[in-house]
Amino acid sequence: MADITYREALRQALREEMLRDERVFLLGEDIGAYGGSYAVTKGLLEEFGEKRVKDTPISETAIIGAAVGAAMDGLRPVAEIMTINFTLVAIDQIINNAAKIHYMFGGQFRCPIVIRTVGGGRRLAATHSQNLEVLFAHIPGLKVVAPATPYDAKGLLKAAIRDDDPVIFIEHSLLYSTRGPVPEEDYVVPIGVSDIKRRGRDVTIVAYSRMVREALIAAEELAKQGIEAEVVDLRTLRPLDMGPVLDSVARTNRVVVVTEDWRSFGIGAEVAARIQEEAFDDLDAPVLRVSQLEVPTPYAANLEKLAFPGSRQIVEACLEVLNIRVGAPVAAG
Amino acid sequence: MSTERQEAVLLPHQKDKDHLIDLYRKMYLIRRFEERAAEAYTQGKIGGFLHLAIGEEAANVGTIVALRDDDDVFTHYRSHGHALARGMDPGAVMAELFGKATGVARGRGGSMHLASLEHHFWGGYAIVGGHIPLAVGMALAHQYRGLDRVVLCIFGDGAVNTGAFHEALNMAGLWKLPVVFVVSNNLYGMGTAIERSSAVTEVYKRAAAYNMPGQRVDGNDVLAVEAAVRAMVERARAGEGPSLVELVTYRFRGHSMADAELYRSKEEVERYKARDPIVLFRRRLEEQGVADAATLDAVEKDVEATVDAAVRFAEESPEPDPDTLFDYVYVNP
Ligand SMILES: Cc1ncc(C[n+]2csc(CCOP(=O)(O)OP(=O)(O)O)c2C)c(N)n1
Ligand SMILES: [Mg+2]
Repeated sequence: MADITYREALRQALREEMLRDERVFLLGEDIGAYGGSYAVTKGLLEEFGEKRVKDTPISETAIIGAAVGAAMDGLRPVAEIMTINFTLVAIDQIINNAAKIHYMFGGQFRCPIVIRTVGGGRRLAATHSQNLEVLFAHIPGLKVVAPATPYDAKGLLKAAIRDDDPVIFIEHSLLYSTRGPVPEEDYVVPIGVSDIKRRGRDVTIVAYSRMVREALIAAEELAKQGIEAEVVDLRTLRPLDMGPVLDSVARTNRVVVVTEDWRSFGIGAEVAARIQEEAFDDLDAPVLRVSQLEVPTPYAANLEKLAFPGSRQIVEACLEVLNIRVGAPVAAG
Repeated sequence: MSTERQEAVLLPHQKDKDHLIDLYRKMYLIRRFEERAAEAYTQGKIGGFLHLAIGEEAANVGTIVALRDDDDVFTHYRSHGHALARGMDPGAVMAELFGKATGVARGRGGSMHLASLEHHFWGGYAIVGGHIPLAVGMALAHQYRGLDRVVLCIFGDGAVNTGAFHEALNMAGLWKLPVVFVVSNNLYGMGTAIERSSAVTEVYKRAAAYNMPGQRVDGNDVLAVEAAVRAMVERARAGEGPSLVELVTYRFRGHSMADAELYRSKEEVERYKARDPIVLFRRRLEEQGVADAATLDAVEKDVEATVDAAVRFAEESPEPDPDTLFDYVYVNP
């Protein structure tokens, strides 16, 4: 297994699915001649031509709407929305059309589209640094995927393209250059299956996307203090697979949920609610949330750093659910 | 082709009698179907919004009959007429209005969301302007596969001021897609007269902005509508790209059943009723010796029986099974 980047893993998934299925095509702003804003689609225009790699006008509504219309007639479009912030311009197409087509017409039509988009920016200020996955995770009819590793990115993108329902596929701008092992042979990672990224008996950290990396860094840190954290990667936000989370909580009895979105009404709130509904008796402490502070993202580097969660806050939250004061001797078990 | 105003078309001798009588039958069916739906609505048998196209039957029928069976229709929420003109079963359409399991969308859509895969009738849509990009996407799919199917996309004069309209028409013009945009200009969007909503009130002129032909037609003249739409459909089929056809018409009833019609005078409505498209067409058929009164009376009687049967079917049909509540949210849950 070669170590490749998250970006390369995504590119391989697109390329292989385009080779595998004639019905798969890409459309989006600057995905062709420019090579993709984050270079994921680089080289695909040269390989597949303009029919299958379509540069579009700056028309998010028309991009998503056209993808839905093409999908209804049997094609499998992969639309790229440059960043998740711009999906807001097309939210009507996503929520009122893509998510409703199959249901509202009594199951007659299908909408097998993938919307690839990018969450989480840095030094781009308020409109360009958002984590808006909860908007989509709220909607029955959509599937929402947010991979953390190159392996999951490739396997989940392939699954998304082969899926018959609309999938919002959320990449993370700070993960593109991260590396990890990816096998040569064809594989898919099923949508709707959470994954344990690290085993541990003392505390459960639930995360997805880039926060999985921060959680793993925090777990290393905790290990130095003799605390073994288990890290569960949700991978898919809808449908949400709580199985591995609940299993883990049954063993650790303590949970920290880490998300890069805002705390109020966020993904963390949903996960915490499910844990108390389904595993109340397993809990030895309240579920804690670590998330972005409730401000539009500031531009200034120091303020921005304060606003976003990282491994330090995760470590602190873990110590808190374990009822350990920072600096005090550790006796967890 | 340049944008031009089209003169009313005279009855062409080559048109065959059966076709002309069928146009009459369809228009009369729509009129009676909607009158009966209005009745059922006041009896509480139909819920929500009910938008009637009474007065717009020539525009409903002339557009749809210009299509081949495998061409595609996207339309808005005022679409009982389009569905019936397309040959969808009046009983199944009425059952959808009644929210029954036997409805065209299995009771999931209601009056505003009629659809039939078999008829390539891809839906009525209730977000103004929201379906226009879908039609563009389906036309893109036809171009992608090298098919000679044409997509007809129908919307109201209110929809032309949405962003979706502009994005979609630009994309269609840019990529020369096989789609014909039809605006049913009934002079009002709810209670707002077109001159109070549009900087350009001659909608067809907007086509110039997207490098496509635009044409204005008397929307109460079924033959003029059919001729204009047919020409544009065949033009699209020949690979010459999209066009915009404006049908000038008038709705005799309120926007929906809930409309007190404070925004227009009774005199104005009466003035337009003098140009009732069904009365005009019947007179023309009789005067030009296509059909005598007895023939047309027989058509009407036959329609009456059809509508009776449709209402009965809707009334006697079962409601959707509660066990099917979650059906069609996903293809693969
Ligand atoms: C995006 C959106 N805004 C507002 C509405 C409420 N609304 C429903 S129909 C309508 C008027 C539309 O007029 P027009 O497009 O001319 O069609 P008509 O009803 O005259 O056939 C409005 C404002 C809506 N359904 N969608
Ligand atoms: Mg109108």
